[in-house]
Amino acid sequence: MKQRASFFQRLSSTQIVYLVALVTLILGVLLVNSIGRSFFSPGNISSILTGTSVLGFIAIGQTLVILAGSLDLSVPYVTSLASLIAAGVMANNPNNVLSGVLLTLGTAAVIGLANGLIVARLNVHGFIATLGVGLIISGFLATNFKGSFGETPLAFRLVGATGIGPVPISTIIMLACAGLAGLLLHRTRVGHHLYAVGGDIAVARTSGIRVDVPVITAHVICSVLAGMAGLLLASRLGVGSPTVGSQGGYDLLSIAAVVLGGTLLSGGKGTITGTLGGVLIFAMLDNIMSVMQVNPFLKDVVRGVVIVVAVAVYARRRIVSRPERFPAKGSVETPAAQPVPVEGP
Amino acid sequence: MRNNSVRAIALAAALPLVALTGCTTEPSVTQTTGTGTGSAAASSPASKDWFDQSLYDTQNQQRSATFEGNPEQPYLQYIAGPMRDTSKFKAPGAHKVCFANASISNPWRQTGWITMNQQLKALQGTGVISEMETRDAKDNDNTQIADIDYFIAEGKCDAFVISPNSTAALTQAVERACETGKPVVVFDRGVETDCATTFIHPIGGFAWGIDTATFLSERLQSGDKVVALRILPGVDVLEHRWAAAKKIFEEKGIQAKDYFTGADPTKIKNIISDELATGDVKGVWMDAGDGAVAALEAFEDAGKKLPVMTGEDEMSFLTKWKQTGIDAMAPVYSNFQWRTPLLALEKVFKGEPIPAEWVLPQKPILKDELDQWLQRNQGMPSGHYAKFGGEDLAGYPEVWQKRQIP
Amino acid sequence: MSTALNSERSAILKQNRASRSERLLRAVRTPGGAVFVLLTGLLATIIVLNPSFGEPGSFIRFVGRTAPIAIAAIGQYFVIVAGEFDLSMGSVVTMQVIVAGNLIRQDDSKVIPVLVLMLVLGAFIGLVNGLITTLLKVPSFIVTLGMMLALLGLVLYWTGGAAQGNPADSFRQIGRGGIQDVPVLDIIPYPVIILTAAAVAGFVLMRRPYGRMLIAVGDNPSAAALAGSRVWWVRTRAFMMSSLSATVAGILLVGYAGVHPSVGRGYEFTAITAVVLGGVVLGGGRGWVLSAAAGAFALESLFTLLNFMGLQATWRDTVQGAIIIIAVAAASRSWQRKRKGASSAAHDEQHQMAAAPTPAEGTEQGGRV
Repeated sequence: MKQRASFFQRLSSTQIVYLVALVTLILGVLLVNSIGRSFFSPGNISSILTGTSVLGFIAIGQTLVILAGSLDLSVPYVTSLASLIAAGVMANNPNNVLSGVLLTLGTAAVIGLANGLIVARLNVHGFIATLGVGLIISGFLATNFKGSFGETPLAFRLVGATGIGPVPISTIIMLACAGLAGLLLHRTRVGHHLYAVGGDIAVARTSGIRVDVPVITAHVICSVLAGMAGLLLASRLGVGSPTVGSQGGYDLLSIAAVVLGGTLLSGGKGTITGTLGGVLIFAMLDNIMSVMQVNPFLKDVVRGVVIVVAVAVYARRRIVSRPERFPAKGSVETPAAQPVPVEGP
Repeated sequence: MRNNSVRAIALAAALPLVALTGCTTEPSVTQTTGTGTGSAAASSPASKDWFDQSLYDTQNQQRSATFEGNPEQPYLQYIAGPMRDTSKFKAPGAHKVCFANASISNPWRQTGWITMNQQLKALQGTGVISEMETRDAKDNDNTQIADIDYFIAEGKCDAFVISPNSTAALTQAVERACETGKPVVVFDRGVETDCATTFIHPIGGFAWGIDTATFLSERLQSGDKVVALRILPGVDVLEHRWAAAKKIFEEKGIQAKDYFTGADPTKIKNIISDELATGDVKGVWMDAGDGAVAALEAFEDAGKKLPVMTGEDEMSFLTKWKQTGIDAMAPVYSNFQWRTPLLALEKVFKGEPIPAEWVLPQKPILKDELDQWLQRNQGMPSGHYAKFGGEDLAGYPEVWQKRQIP
Repeated sequence: MSTALNSERSAILKQNRASRSERLLRAVRTPGGAVFVLLTGLLATIIVLNPSFGEPGSFIRFVGRTAPIAIAAIGQYFVIVAGEFDLSMGSVVTMQVIVAGNLIRQDDSKVIPVLVLMLVLGAFIGLVNGLITTLLKVPSFIVTLGMMLALLGLVLYWTGGAAQGNPADSFRQIGRGGIQDVPVLDIIPYPVIILTAAAVAGFVLMRRPYGRMLIAVGDNPSAAALAGSRVWWVRTRAFMMSSLSATVAGILLVGYAGVHPSVGRGYEFTAITAVVLGGVVLGGGRGWVLSAAAGAFALESLFTLLNFMGLQATWRDTVQGAIIIIAVAAASRSWQRKRKGASSAAHDEQHQMAAAPTPAEGTEQGGRV
């Protein structure tokens, strides 16, 4: 028992995420094989990976925002708007693809800038700021777009429908974005500041960091990635749709994926790798339940339970392992007995 | 050390996936989209207005059309038109059906889904269908596209039934299903291709709008106020209802004010209360019957005269209509259409011709038929739809009374 | 630490010296007070646009129909001020609405037992939310998000998506009826009475040791723990109050509007928005319980105003979003301005607001166990 606990303690939260993913995978293989299907057939792999792409883009952006101590609830509406702009500008003309993509991402960046400025400069909590911006966009969408709009050209649609082996191109682009976001976090000054601001904004401020910059940067990147998700959806659907973002419930689902990936909701701690693990867990879970033809209402029950149970696994571990950061003195028992403030205000 | 074990575990989780990347061949998605997507490019659904005069005129005519077939089995009736030859699909034995469903997120779809499952059991009993594999997209276009692609790649389906979540977005996925050479049945909402073996639907939203708005405008004066309670924007089935009604209200000089309610009775009651506070409301129009009772209760609580009203064939509205004795009608978006796709496949597997576009009857419930429909649906819960059309199926009435969803 | 205590105490003394009118002015300029100004402005605009709204009879009906969301906001306040979220509120409302519809049916004798069952269920859900958050250390955003999904899924699975029908009229009277033939007002809806009771209870509770402990826990849990409060139990009770308030809101909504699976949808966001509009700070430690209720009224007045203005239905979300941002930004501005003026005093003032003007501050600073 003690042996197990110490093995468990040595794992970082990212490792545990992938351990949970591995357990999900094994479970998936057993269940899917039990009804005479193959989990590893190309169609199934492609189905799982397709499931990771859209949520993946949004969750990467959400990770940055959450690391900076904020939240983004406007992502579904940005995604819908992006799909409409892309399909509208391209209008089934292959020559317009580049301008469509640039205009879409530019608009998304402007929305992200607005989010960031409201959060950083007007001191509105991210929850309310992005909820408000989301509502503003949603009213705009409902007023100006009647159902689907525009059309994406064949060349652009192939992005969403082609794959290398069973791996969709969209997944590869998503992973590339994840890599870039990882570089930003670990290799740039803004990235380091992002962790600092999310960890303790007051300390960051007193140590001379311009706290606005990382927060605004994170919001801009998050919206741009939501815009990427919109582009991907425009590619897969062939048209833009004013509801495609809210259909996926990507706001709460992306936050859940981020936290499932071991990132602290209060900011300052977490990794992109972990988030990808969280997204993969969700995608496999959905796939398994669809193959097993689970009642749609029960799917939500399973999802809800899994989110809580999985996070509970690392959340407990985080407390246990905390004393190790100060190994010099102090008994191990006292911090465990006392509630340690994991989340700050 | 720590970093190494991260990689080890990540690798262990990803290894089977990676290994497969190496050894699989091109997935069917790649092959099919190349050929499939080209044909959809013709139509561009970029209209900013839902009103469509030609659809309006067609559906207006279909309201009074004669339907082929036995009126006792409305789910098999259709308007005469081009038939589809299905002799190439003729095959004996039991077949596997794959059903890509948009969702069961509202009572209308749930009622239909229950009926469909009882129909399935009947056809399994007669050996026409071996099993039906269902994927539910939870109202998500992207998920439904992936569902259809999964069926094509992995389902070993003998036939596809698709209830599209939205029209334009699902078009290419339906075309990919068509390219498998298996029969494809589309029902409820359509897609922008006629590659499917048949497209099953009741007359449509414009007919609903014409029925209801005509009913109200016949009973109201020019200048009277009607409150229009709509569920949500952007869904074609619902938008067509309002587009037609709005046109008629404008023509007749009836002042109609529309609201989105999300089918939430709380919002409906607030809206009606506010409207009653600012002036008289003579009529209530709904694009779906959910929450009709709350609208009437708002009049009761404010002590105002009850309005002329159009609801839907939903049980709570029918019951309240009977109780209050108001001047009302219940338009119908025929719920029995959920039986038809499987029955159509039965014909297809026998090689019998079926209508290329299978337009089902959509007859509103008027005052003189109210008692009869209440009688037929005694004991049904409030989210049940009177014209569900499953009275002759096994499990009637308990399955519908208890809303047993598999 | 001791210097902080000293400056805090002197700031409080300084405040208590101020005259009543000055204190009122100062209170209005805090986010928790500003919401009352916003509310008054919205109501005045509605009355200008539509004078009949100002008549006592219709105004009291407006208060009645706002009661459920105001009660939910009061419940959400306890959770937010303790530094947590409750996203499961909407699903709890939906669950209770459907439980009432399916278990009571038209049987008057079942009203009381089912009512008790609903309250027990509500308290139990809050207990589960609270224990998972505090003992298993899962962030409440995730716990209650999971609860939201699981609860709604279970209820829909159990009922096949729709309820059997409205419960007996005697049960619905709680949310629909009222005391008739009252002079001037014509009717006092029961929801108004229940809301008043909830507001008074919330107000009193926040002045009692538990309320102060709750704010202390939200402000700085480790300090509160060191001061000897059982943080986990304080927070868990906040979750239970939140779920219970959602239950009460559900009971009122069944009466007011009837049973439908969409009743309660989005309630958690509306309640959180109301609380934030009331100047309560997400993250905990600051805010006044009655301001949360006032935030709910401001939000509902806004919806009503939009109805009266005859704005195109699709634009309403936009206006709502803009107003929420502006209101919260303005509130945070006014709060910042104060902080610049009086350094740490502004922070303490929030305690003052919540603890009301009783001169008990001395004991609050001391080692209460």
